[in-house]
Amino acid sequence: MVDVRVLPVGPRAVLLEVADVASALALAAHCRAASWASEVVPAARTVLLDGLAVPPDRVAAALTTWTPEGPTAAPGGLVELPVVLDGEDLPDVARLWDCTRVEVRATLTTTTFTSAFCGFAPGFAYLSGLPADRAVPRLPSPRPRVPAGSVALAGEWAGVYPTASPGGWRLVGRTDATLWDADRDPPALLTPGTRVRFVEV
Amino acid sequence: MRSSALGVAATGPSVLLQDLGRPGLAHLGVPRAGALDAPAAALARRLVGGAADDAVLEVLLGGLEVVLEADPGSGAWVAVTGAPCPVAVDGRAAPHGRAVWVPAGSRLVLGRPTTGLRCYLAVDGGLPVAEVLGSRSSDTLAGIGPAPVRVGDRLPVGVRRGEPGRAEVPPARATGPLRLHPGPRAEWCEDPLAALTGRTWSVGADSDRVGLRLHGEPLVRRRTEELPSEGMVLGAVQVPPDGRPVVFLADHPPTGGYPVVAVVEEADLWRCAQLRPGEQVGFTRAR
Repeated sequence: MVDVRVLPVGPRAVLLEVADVASALALAAHCRAASWASEVVPAARTVLLDGLAVPPDRVAAALTTWTPEGPTAAPGGLVELPVVLDGEDLPDVARLWDCTRVEVRATLTTTTFTSAFCGFAPGFAYLSGLPADRAVPRLPSPRPRVPAGSVALAGEWAGVYPTASPGGWRLVGRTDATLWDADRDPPALLTPGTRVRFVEV
Repeated sequence: MRSSALGVAATGPSVLLQDLGRPGLAHLGVPRAGALDAPAAALARRLVGGAADDAVLEVLLGGLEVVLEADPGSGAWVAVTGAPCPVAVDGRAAPHGRAVWVPAGSRLVLGRPTTGLRCYLAVDGGLPVAEVLGSRSSDTLAGIGPAPVRVGDRLPVGVRRGEPGRAEVPPARATGPLRLHPGPRAEWCEDPLAALTGRTWSVGADSDRVGLRLHGEPLVRRRTEELPSEGMVLGAVQVPPDGRPVVFLADHPPTGGYPVVAVVEEADLWRCAQLRPGEQVGFTRAR
């Protein structure tokens, strides 16, 4: 059994809090199957159910005995992203990891990442796969503009900015890949479940 | 018969196409967008006999001039709702909040509202620009949907589907404090509901479609560590490290990393679309 905290979010939504991202993704799949809400938004430690079709206390009651049903999804397709790892914050990341820049690049290109969930901006995927001891803090103050295609790290996550936007992640490189195209189906390249490898060009 | 259109001759600070938005795509990082004063937009659609999901123009602080390009002798029903503003057809005053007949070739002008910020202009056949992800709304956060309306644009007008709706006496628009429901991260601040309801807040000039930014004695954060990003709802009252609350409106980011201590009652959110910078606003607990 997994402990699920049910937090109030006004009259039509609840926030479900769990211990880790794996539980959050399994819980999101469970909630979608149960059709409890019109919007199910998984994140690092939470699942937001917005537009509830059932009373919040019924969700809470139904989750008191919830147990993840093992691996819920088969591994997704593999996307290889061509990257140049020359980001402005690469030296800082090397310092935080206590290694050389070459070792940072080696870690990034030998890790197989998985798109855990999207958020922040259209097509922005939170990529899991880095070991917990490679977590880096966000910048103390976000940059007003991060170029589209920037490859960046924050916390335990890697990510690629689909469009130019303000951002507080640490920049390690860039890619020419189109992460988001509203005319494509699906519009996001790195949909949840997709495996991702960075390939230096 | 040629296709009808609105030729845009002038805009004020901002004119955006809006419909019901793109709910249900937050898990892809797509903001919901849609008309900020949703009841006013819905009233405008009903007045012209339009469909519930027709696009309308959201006009910030007036200044819109359009010419109806259509077959000679034809015309279109339009309606202006939301913030009360002067309306004129070919220089003659026309009513706000009623269906108005605009003959082909006529010029429709929306003046500056006397109170509030946003007016809504509906046209009887809707404004069938191309949909993006199922909606004709302009999203100002991520740039999804049609570009902001500019001088020289020619906005297509669809085929009229019915007669204008009956004139309605809209319910009196409530004033008074905005009602608050409990939020998920209340414990991250010192008694946030008491702090929010016990003070008067002033609307910041940096408020926009993303959020209503409030100035006043800041809330005191009890916890200052980073909160892992989590899903956000419409009306969420988010408290950044500076303690100044932000009420999330239609173009809010789908996820965020600052604690949400309360949620504004959905029926009160239209008022956040109409509060002017510098105006005072209060909160009360929802019953």
